[in-house]
Amino acid sequence: MRSNPVAGQNLFGTAVRQRAPNEIAAWRYVAFALVVVIACLYALPNLYPPDYALQISADNAAEQVDEAFLGDAETRLEVAGIAVKGSEMVERAGRPGALLRLESNEAQLRASALLDAALNPAGEERRYIIALSLASTTPEWLANIGGKPMAKGLDLAGGIHFVLQVDMVEALAKRLGDELQKAKDVLREERLRYRSPDDAVMTGDVNAIQLGFSTPSSRERAIEVLEEEFREPDYVIDEATVDGFPGLTVTVQDSKLDEIESTAIEQNLTGLRNRVNQLGVSEPLVQRLGGSRIVIDLPGVQDSARAKRILDKFANLEFRLVSLPEDRPSEVEDWIDEDGRPVTLQRDIIVTGDSVTNAVQSRDPETGLPQVNISLDSRGGEQMHEATSPNVGHRMATIFIEQKPVVVTEVVDGERIERRSTRQERRVISVATIQSPLAYNFRVTGLGLAEAQELALLLRAGALAAPMYFVEERTVGASLGDENIERGMLAVSVGFVMVLIFMAVYYKVFGLVANVALTLNLIILVAVMSLLNATLTLPGIAGIVLTVGMAVDANVLIFSRIREELKRSPPAVAIQAGYDRAFLTILDANVTTLFVALILYAIGSGPVAGFAVTLSIGIVTSMFTAIFGSRVLVHLIYGRRKLTRVLI
Amino acid sequence: MAFELPTIDFMGRRKMAAVASALLVIVTIVALAIGGINRGLDFTGGALVEVGFATPVEPVTVRSVLDDAGLTGGVVQNYGSETELLVRMPPVTGVDQSDLGTEVAAALARAFPGVDLRRSEFVGPAVGEELTEKGGMALLVALAAVMLYIMFRFTGKFAVGAVVALAHDVLIVVGAFAVFRWTFGLAELAALLAVIGYSLNDTIVVSDRIRENFRSVRRGTPVEIINRSLNQMLGRTLVTSLTTLLVLLALLIAGGEQITGFATALTIGVMVGTYSSIYVAANVLLTMGITRQDLALPEKESAETP
Repeated sequence: MRSNPVAGQNLFGTAVRQRAPNEIAAWRYVAFALVVVIACLYALPNLYPPDYALQISADNAAEQVDEAFLGDAETRLEVAGIAVKGSEMVERAGRPGALLRLESNEAQLRASALLDAALNPAGEERRYIIALSLASTTPEWLANIGGKPMAKGLDLAGGIHFVLQVDMVEALAKRLGDELQKAKDVLREERLRYRSPDDAVMTGDVNAIQLGFSTPSSRERAIEVLEEEFREPDYVIDEATVDGFPGLTVTVQDSKLDEIESTAIEQNLTGLRNRVNQLGVSEPLVQRLGGSRIVIDLPGVQDSARAKRILDKFANLEFRLVSLPEDRPSEVEDWIDEDGRPVTLQRDIIVTGDSVTNAVQSRDPETGLPQVNISLDSRGGEQMHEATSPNVGHRMATIFIEQKPVVVTEVVDGERIERRSTRQERRVISVATIQSPLAYNFRVTGLGLAEAQELALLLRAGALAAPMYFVEERTVGASLGDENIERGMLAVSVGFVMVLIFMAVYYKVFGLVANVALTLNLIILVAVMSLLNATLTLPGIAGIVLTVGMAVDANVLIFSRIREELKRSPPAVAIQAGYDRAFLTILDANVTTLFVALILYAIGSGPVAGFAVTLSIGIVTSMFTAIFGSRVLVHLIYGRRKLTRVLI
Repeated sequence: MAFELPTIDFMGRRKMAAVASALLVIVTIVALAIGGINRGLDFTGGALVEVGFATPVEPVTVRSVLDDAGLTGGVVQNYGSETELLVRMPPVTGVDQSDLGTEVAAALARAFPGVDLRRSEFVGPAVGEELTEKGGMALLVALAAVMLYIMFRFTGKFAVGAVVALAHDVLIVVGAFAVFRWTFGLAELAALLAVIGYSLNDTIVVSDRIRENFRSVRRGTPVEIINRSLNQMLGRTLVTSLTTLLVLLALLIAGGEQITGFATALTIGVMVGTYSSIYVAANVLLTMGITRQDLALPEKESAETP
């Protein structure tokens, strides 16, 4: 601003000032016009209401979703009297999907039920995933330049919000169990005899595994061997006394623990994403929240019970050999088989569900009983082959692992607090004789139909590295969502119009300028939010309303300053001085408010963050329109003529 | 409109204002000590279900339906209209409450076919506790950050004035929630931080003018200069408060039940914030004995003074 000769404290004093403020640099007009045009363009997609639509994709590789399928689905709907506005092929989770646009929410629900019945025969495994969605109607040219409407938050669109707590203690115990197995494998290869106590895995304050040996010398040897596998600084191996024998502990160091936790969360995230895809949600959100939590947003979903059944379900399998005569007592465990008879199994696990690459539920062609066909990855296949080929004729047990939530109330410092955790339940579902060496593909029997379906789904989706439980759940019905939008929009419009009227009455021509600036502010705010992929929530709308109220402040500051200056200077100079003097005040006031908005964003999840985002963007855009924008407008009105009086 | 500067002797009544502020703060502290604040689901944990019926239903009826289904201990109340009800379940230890919403909805659907499950929320006790801590922390961090910025841009005395004014506003808004037993949830916490933002804006604008006048007006006692500054800014202060209150009024009337608490907190906050930028911040400045020397211009910043 100071580069403008009129604006500065000029040596030539009044002579220059008399020449009036019409010397506004041309670039200001251009820049302002450019911003306005771009903002209008990117705010525009919000004016196109999305279509109610269905997205259909294949649930497994056997089914094809292509143009022919799309045409077929369209015909089915039209035969049933449901008008199809349009249809197209889209990409969904990396696979081709069909998109059908429909007239109304009601048609969408009817069409979904109809297609589900037609495409997914009852009693069989699901073939297609049919997801309710909202399809953008943004014109192609707009979409091509990156224009898209703001996403609506769950409180506006309806849907479910979950927060899951990952049980880190369990995750660690599981991982340490794997480490113990690895240590045993190494020792066995070296033909070192070890004894493993019942509590060989210690978690909590000490994160370590323990092994005992019969002589100090075999311990020495074991430490040497294990040091190769468990290297510092991730692990530290110490000597210890285990059950009265010379033993050792392998302690996992903190850095490695952090890594294990991160990996566990990442693996759970992947598992959850796969499961959410199974649910048929068009635009789900699955992401990490802080250290050990995961947030899941499922827009449009209303049936929280079904969602929860699939999301936090933890099912896994273990395969173990039934004990052989030569096994020592420390290597075996007592179990109960599926018919309630005792059975002794080896402690060592051949393969777990973690090695499963695919699992499909089907029926045994001979007996008609449900079964799950399982494919293993290469390492799992090798292990399975190694374990079963020397043991043909022996028996192998399949163990089904499920996770149950446990809530325990404890009294700490006189306060009753709740500890939530999970317990794993393992049961033998089948003990079968190994007819021939098994490898990559085999089947598991002994489950009911529902269990088999669930197991197949869960193995396919990927095992979760750690158990989880729900710590937060919010469901918003579709009717409330619509009502929230309606009310929010009404509040914005009413508030906006009242402010416009007030400003026009109080500041006359300058009030109109402020009103144009305020309108532009709203447009730019919407454009920026659309471009930043910000989600519009109910508190977000409140943020917009508040921005409207507060955005006039900058203009009010400038105008009241101009009024003051008018008492001692001619209008042109007063306008100039008003803008210049108010600038620093406005900057100070807004920077501090921005601080507060950023802090709000940092603490807030979901709704509060939505409010903080709109408030922050609103502060910045309002400064632009109030200072830069309104000044250009004032020049446009008053800049070209000699001023004797201004209406303010 | 008004070209003549009003000449209200604001600081002449500063003792009265100080007493009024002190009284309000004392009422707040007493209310907090006696009843505490009525914390919402976000902070306490528990479950909440909002349902809509086709025809008006008495909360008592719903209460007995839930009791029969074994869902006891809940509070049932009308929410917004006669056809909408809110069921709040306090956190129950030893029970997995994450399915409570589903259970309440199922029990009601059996008794009243066609009931609309509008909203169902469950917050675990641990999440609530964390949020309480984080929320309190956020308020303190916000106040500290603001204080530092003002110390940097103005002087220490202004910073103290602003922070006292902000703490005053926050306390009184919280006090109103405590006195009237309104529910204070996450949205209301957001409103509280927005009040800090708003009130700060106001205080800075006034402080800015006070600083300018201390530097440019050669005569006059601090009281006179502050009075003059407050009068100069009165128009602006009132206009901005008025426009903000206008939109908040729109939110209160049209925004719906879910936003009421938020809009109420902000409305009170804006009113108290307007008052505090006139009386509290300036009052603290005078009490600390602000002088021209405090605002002596650093060199090469003369562009700010005419």
